Amino acid sequence: MDLLSILSNSFRGALGPEAAIYALAAVGLNMHFGYTGLLNFGQVGFMLVGAYGTAVPVVAWGLPLWVGILIGIACAIVLALLLGVPTLRLRGDYLAIATIAAAEVLRYIYRSEWAEPLTGGVFGITQFANDFYDLNPYSSRLDLGWLSFSPTALWVMTVGWGATFLACGLVALLIHSPWGRVLRSVREDEQAARSLGKNIFSYKMQSLIIGGVLGALAGSLMAINTQALTPDVFMPILTFYLWTIMILGGASRIMGPVVGAIVFWFLLTFLDSFLRQIIGDGLIGLESSDVGAIRFAAVGLGLMLLMMFRPAGLLGNQKELRLDVR
Amino acid sequence: MRARVTSLFAALLLAVMLAPGAAAVGAISSPPATAVGSIAVSQGDSAETTSPADGAESTAEPGESEEAAETLRGSIRGPDREPVPGLTITVTQDGTEVGTGTTNDNGQWEVPLPGPGTYSASLDPAELPEGVAPKEEGGEEVTGVIVRPGANQGVIFQLAATGDGEEGSAPAAGGITFLDRFLQLTVEGIKFGAIIAITAVGLSLVFGTTRLINFAHGEFVTFGAVMGYFLSVSPVNLPLIVAAVLAMLLTALLAGVMDLTVFRPMRRKSAGMIQQFIVAIGLALVIRHVLLVFFGSRRRGYDEYNLQTALDFGLFRITPRDLVVTILAFVIMGLVAFMLQRTRIGKAMRAVNDNEDLASASGINVQRVVLTVWVVGGALAGIGGVMFGLTQTVYTNMGFQLLLLMFAAVILGGLGNAYGAMLGALVIGLVSQYSTLWFPSSLQNMWALLVMILVLLFRPQGILGRRERVG
Repeated sequence: MDLLSILSNSFRGALGPEAAIYALAAVGLNMHFGYTGLLNFGQVGFMLVGAYGTAVPVVAWGLPLWVGILIGIACAIVLALLLGVPTLRLRGDYLAIATIAAAEVLRYIYRSEWAEPLTGGVFGITQFANDFYDLNPYSSRLDLGWLSFSPTALWVMTVGWGATFLACGLVALLIHSPWGRVLRSVREDEQAARSLGKNIFSYKMQSLIIGGVLGALAGSLMAINTQALTPDVFMPILTFYLWTIMILGGASRIMGPVVGAIVFWFLLTFLDSFLRQIIGDGLIGLESSDVGAIRFAAVGLGLMLLMMFRPAGLLGNQKELRLDVR
Repeated sequence: MRARVTSLFAALLLAVMLAPGAAAVGAISSPPATAVGSIAVSQGDSAETTSPADGAESTAEPGESEEAAETLRGSIRGPDREPVPGLTITVTQDGTEVGTGTTNDNGQWEVPLPGPGTYSASLDPAELPEGVAPKEEGGEEVTGVIVRPGANQGVIFQLAATGDGEEGSAPAAGGITFLDRFLQLTVEGIKFGAIIAITAVGLSLVFGTTRLINFAHGEFVTFGAVMGYFLSVSPVNLPLIVAAVLAMLLTALLAGVMDLTVFRPMRRKSAGMIQQFIVAIGLALVIRHVLLVFFGSRRRGYDEYNLQTALDFGLFRITPRDLVVTILAFVIMGLVAFMLQRTRIGKAMRAVNDNEDLASASGINVQRVVLTVWVVGGALAGIGGVMFGLTQTVYTNMGFQLLLLMFAAVILGGLGNAYGAMLGALVIGLVSQYSTLWFPSSLQNMWALLVMILVLLFRPQGILGRRERVG
């Protein structure tokens, strides 16, 4: 067993492009749940429309990539409106069911034969983000001895973490504005906010759109990062990852999703490399194909334990978030 | 005004979802039962078969890839559903003849191919029996059949009886009419709905007594099905009926233990609903993926009762296995209703459902009632899982896919209302089957979810739900 390589993998996971992308999506989810109290279990649906909105115009219509990203954002806004109008008036648990169902329906539509001319169906689409990589200012690897990143990974990380911190800054400004105070009052007591004459439906909808757009941006980055897009990347479990990240870091904390993503990816890649190593050494009777399943089970267990014993997460403040359905 | 805006958006939402839905393929697919001998009801994607009166008669089974080599195959039946033997099928590629085949006594034919590519198949109309002709002009040739590597591609010839073109003059014995398909799908829908119903009752009861949407309920279904599988294959090799009963008990045990160790302590700490909900999601992930490690990702069927000939009741056909499963599901529903109405514990459940504090004040041990609800719900999920695995296949994602349908059923019937869940499940089962009359069968579950969204829009408390504030 090579502890150094496990640690180096884990740090690469914790800082790498995936962690940045998940952090950005979790910032959006934090907007929904942390600040507005919306139980959105379909964040992956926003990522899906963002990713395909980015890739499809480039491949199918030959538009530049930045137009694609804008189209992805527009798709997320439309999705938020379609999803929000029927469900935002209902109690939180209804919203949870409706969003998870909608995300699944979307995934099946995007992978259907009907959508194949645009989305490539189950085969997906590739090579649409060359515009992005042409702008890459890095030409050599970053090498810290035991930790190194390729130039392309560095470029995605720069943009990804940059976007995440910009999003955090935006959310911080919004939340500390009068608008943000109304939003938090909606989370704390919908009736009280309504009795003060606030149109809570409109506030919830704005929050759903902002968080959804952040999710769509994360989806775009995800597509750009791999340059290959299939609908089955966007399984419901991805949403559960985001929830774990948000709760681990601390919901309704500005930096919660960032800390959550770093710690989450560190632990996840640590577990992954550790399991692969001990399986490679023949220490336990598992096969390497089981690692994925064990990883998911570990996420589930982590989510359970966190929620039971420290629902406020690492940064959270138990009083800030009164986890309850209203 | 607001209502008008809402309905406008509802229409928009529907339009957006339906337009692709009409053609999209690949759904939250629960493949229709592939029982041998059952009518090919799942062939909704050939729209022609829905046209009434005409006998559209020739089915093509997508072949199992027994051999690696590519073939074209099909089976030809006349409008009276009788197989047509002795027909010569000629397969050509770019005008060159590739091979010929002759239909056997069951009307089946098969032509081996040199490799993947695009082929045409034709039959000789002169060889057809008296009074039978291709349904459409030029229907004796099917062109542009794309064969993928290793595929046994099915080819469908549409045949019709000549001379019964006038509406209403179709003979009673003639082909699959719209009505036949409708009746057959009704039976399939009731079967599917009944299975959803017995699993959804547990979800609804748990919600009614604890206000928890138990996300792990779908995983109880998977657990039951997988336990039934492991107990019925070697090395245990129990008869499936015994295995099913044991699987039911094991699932009940699992559910009870989960309530005692996870959710009761949380209720005692008066943890919020969202907190419990997320814990249930975590629990679902753990159970599903632990099962995945042991069971593998392959779909498997039970050893017993997997090949059966359908019984023909004239109006519809059903395999004995599916008939027993359906009847059993209704018996179980009856027992649950009896328990709720007549027994002490059932009345206690309804009391806790109505008002927990009042029930507690009148001497009902609420925690014990909740535990019973979990155990009963687990048992129902377990047996439902075995039934689902019997009529379809066992795989580790089955519970999650069924869970979405259960949500639809429970919301349709009214959250927390056990009878509503049963009724909603039957509606969901029928909706998903009837949709295959017009739309691809792989999209059937999407229609069920759309029904749920419509109900959320116009009657969020569900069909039987009480008019309480849900917003």
